[in-house]
Amino acid sequence: MRRERAPIWIAILAASGAAFFVVPLVGLVVKAPWGDALQSLTSTETLEALKLSLIASLSATAVSLVLGVPLAWIYARIDFPGRTVLRALTTLPMVLPPVVGGIALLLAFGRRGLVGTLLDTTFGITLPFTTAGVVFAETFVAMPFLVLTVEAGLRSMDRRYEDAARTLGARRWTVFTRVTLPLIAPSLFAGAVLCWARALGEFGATITFAGNFPGVTQTMPLAVYLLLETNPEGSFILSLLLLLVSLAVLVGLRHRWLGSA
Amino acid sequence: MEARTALGALRLDMKVQIEEGEVVALLGPNGAGKTTLLRTIAGLVPIQSGHVELDGEMLEEPATGRYVPTEQRSIGFVFQDYLLFPHLSVLDNVAFGLRARGAGRAEAGRRAMEWIDRVGLENRGGSKPAELSGGERQRVALARALAPDPRVLLLDEPLAALDATTRVAVRRDLKMHLASFSGVRLLVTHDPLEAATVADRLIVMEEGKHVQTGTPVEVTEHPRSRYVADLVGVNLYRGHADHGSVRMPGGQVLAAAGAEAGEVFAVIHPRAVSVHRAKPEGSPRNVWHGRAHGVELYGDRARVMIEGEAPIVAEVTPAALAELKLADGGDVWLSFKATDVSVYPA
Repeated sequence: MRRERAPIWIAILAASGAAFFVVPLVGLVVKAPWGDALQSLTSTETLEALKLSLIASLSATAVSLVLGVPLAWIYARIDFPGRTVLRALTTLPMVLPPVVGGIALLLAFGRRGLVGTLLDTTFGITLPFTTAGVVFAETFVAMPFLVLTVEAGLRSMDRRYEDAARTLGARRWTVFTRVTLPLIAPSLFAGAVLCWARALGEFGATITFAGNFPGVTQTMPLAVYLLLETNPEGSFILSLLLLLVSLAVLVGLRHRWLGSA
Repeated sequence: MEARTALGALRLDMKVQIEEGEVVALLGPNGAGKTTLLRTIAGLVPIQSGHVELDGEMLEEPATGRYVPTEQRSIGFVFQDYLLFPHLSVLDNVAFGLRARGAGRAEAGRRAMEWIDRVGLENRGGSKPAELSGGERQRVALARALAPDPRVLLLDEPLAALDATTRVAVRRDLKMHLASFSGVRLLVTHDPLEAATVADRLIVMEEGKHVQTGTPVEVTEHPRSRYVADLVGVNLYRGHADHGSVRMPGGQVLAAAGAEAGEVFAVIHPRAVSVHRAKPEGSPRNVWHGRAHGVELYGDRARVMIEGEAPIVAEVTPAALAELKLADGGDVWLSFKATDVSVYPA
């Protein structure tokens, strides 16, 4: 590569841009009350929130895989009228303010919502303010990441491998499970990790749709926010923990996003 | 089979009949529709009219709405770049078809292993396709296609992905393995040598249409298209014969000893054409005037491209090439005997 000196103004603006990201992270690490770390991390409240976060985000990822992979397959392979519109609608949660998502979920699945009334009167199921509601909210916000990643993987794979499998007598389901899925495994993995990370950090839709009950719907981000008022040091430590998780995700995906250079 | 279909710019219109036990090579230039024809037989590309029939069983016939899906056709397909499943070992690749058709894991593994032995890859069962050489991959592809015991074997340019050195050895092995398979074998190639070594019969196609059918000897001795003539390396003309001469559409008349009457093809081997700088005297019946415009080495001889009323290629020795300064181009005279022109009905 050609060696090039950056013009001074570009260098200054770029440095400011980088500092904007680095300084807060350094602040978090430096100012965190390391002495109380262990105590903060092992308090019942934290452990409950952590456990809930893991269960809910992993469940949301599982639901996203089960529903999102078929959706991605349909988007990538089947041409049907309204596909573009439908795809836009299912991608919307990526850009929608999560609070709006939470309100939309309430109006649909709330006790007096569009579908929620039916669920409540017929099956006696209420979603809002339950752990299932947390999974709902997280899935709503996170699944689009998985769908888009897997769809891109399906579009870029060499479909002639599927032809080869068919000439060997494989039925469509066998082709899908034994050839298509293994071949898009990297996209599947990346999509699942992105989806999980997004679910883990979910705040707006969760608090709107599921509320903030310790042990039931209070996930890590909610706990962090609440602790900020009562026990700021504790919230710093939890923030640090979430930062580490995010960092681990990024490192895990570095080949895709940061280039292998 | 008889297949008609349109795919983008390509219009395929072919009628092919292959007998049990025959090895047929489909020969044609790039874009002739050879691969598409194979894919229609496999059911991977739908036909718009016509039919595909195997052993009396109708596989596809748009007129009656019949379509047997690919996975239910008894077909083995060796793809051009083999398409071995990269996530599966050699053994699992070969066992794939057996498993897909219902064999149990142990049974499929045992039979796959037999095939791997047969193609001489005893120790590579656990390897991934990426660890194999091109020639080994080709053998795995063949074993994978044959393991489920299909009635038809389709091979799409089976040697194209190999380098020249490996190709010779693999061609020999391929011929042997093809000989040991008793069903219908149809091979697509644009390499005449491959076609001639492996096949009993050639079908030449161009632009989606059938051009010529025959044994390799028939096709190479009596080419019926510019494409085959170029492959074989002879001069081919078409014209109207009239007892001892052939009149070409451009008006040029060719003296040809065997010519009788009607539309004919005339073939002149480049070796039979002599090149001179001055107008030759003497007996040759055909004397043409033209301009040399290119030279190609052809074995230990040189081939001179000559443009004139009818383009022609002449083969000369390197000594003649130097002496006549043919590489410089310029005006030349060329001559050939009427007895060196082979004529057959068009």
